[in-house]
Amino acid sequence: MDLGPHAAFIWSAYGVTALVIAGLIAWLILDGREQQRRLAELAARGVKRRSEP
Amino acid sequence: MQTVTQRLANPTQFMELSARILPWVAAVAGLVIAYGLYLSFFDSPPDYQQGETVRIMYIHVPSAWVAMAAYALIAISAFGLLVFRHPLADVSAKAAAPLGAAFTFLALVTGSLWGRPTWGTYWVWDARLTSVLILFFLYLGLIALRSSIEDETLAAKLTAILALVGVVMLPVIKFSVEFGNTLHQGASVLKLGASKLDPAIELPLLVMAVGFTLMFVALHLKAMRNEILRRRVKALQMAEVERAQAGGLAAAE
Repeated sequence: MDLGPHAAFIWSAYGVTALVIAGLIAWLILDGREQQRRLAELAARGVKRRSEP
Repeated sequence: MQTVTQRLANPTQFMELSARILPWVAAVAGLVIAYGLYLSFFDSPPDYQQGETVRIMYIHVPSAWVAMAAYALIAISAFGLLVFRHPLADVSAKAAAPLGAAFTFLALVTGSLWGRPTWGTYWVWDARLTSVLILFFLYLGLIALRSSIEDETLAAKLTAILALVGVVMLPVIKFSVEFGNTLHQGASVLKLGASKLDPAIELPLLVMAVGFTLMFVALHLKAMRNEILRRRVKALQMAEVERAQAGGLAAAE
C-alpha cells in the first residue's frame, strides 16, 4: 500500500490511536480483575455488607 | 412494572443487564471498526487536494465526536446526580471522564499529525484547536478535582457542578470554526443542508464514527461495572472495620 510522501503522518496517527485504545482496553480489563479479586478476598474472609446479618 | 430507567437505577440489575449486553456491543464495535478500516485504506480514494492524508480524517473526526459526546454524557449524568439523585449518575460521570480525556487527546494528536502535511504546521492557536485543548484540560480538571476530595459524596457533587459549568465548551467548540480566523475546515457532515463530502469519503467516515461510538459505549459500560465493583469493595472494607471496632468495644466492656 503506497500512502505517498506523507505516509509517516498517516501511520503515526493510526499508531497512536491503536496504542491509546489498546491501553484503555487493557486498563479496564486489569482494573475489573483487580476489583473481582478484592471482592473474592473479602468474601473468603466472610465479610458481609452492613445490611446483611 | 418498572421502567428501563428505574431498573437501571439499581446497581445489581445494571450489573446483570450490562454483563449480557457488553460482549455484544464490544463484538459489533470491533466488526464495524474492522469494516471501517477496510473502507478507509482499501476502498476509498485519495482526496483531490489533500491526497492520502485524508485517511487521517477517518480516525480524527470520530475521536473528536466521541470526545464531545463523552462530555455531553458527563453533563447529563451530572444533571441526573444533582437533580434526580440517580444512583448510577455519578458512576457514569466518573467512568466517562478518563475515556473522554483519552479521545480528546487522540483528536488533538491526530489533528496535529493531519495539520502538518495539509496546513504546514502541527498547531495554531485558533478558536477550534484552543477550545478542544481547553476541553482536554477540563477533563483532567474533573479527574483531578474528584481525586483530591476524600469524601466521595462531596467529590461527586463538586465534580458534577464543574461538569455543568464546563458544558459551555461544547457549543464553543462546535461553532468555533464559524468565527475568527482559522485553518480548520468548517462543518462538513453535521450541518444544515447537504453534506459537503463525496460519498466515497463520507461512507468510511460514517462507518468509523458508528464504530467509535459503539466502542465508547462498550468501554463506558465496562468502566461503570468496574466502578460499581470498586464501591462494593469499599463498602465491604468499611463494614469490616466497623465490625472490628464494635467487637473491640464489646470486648473492652
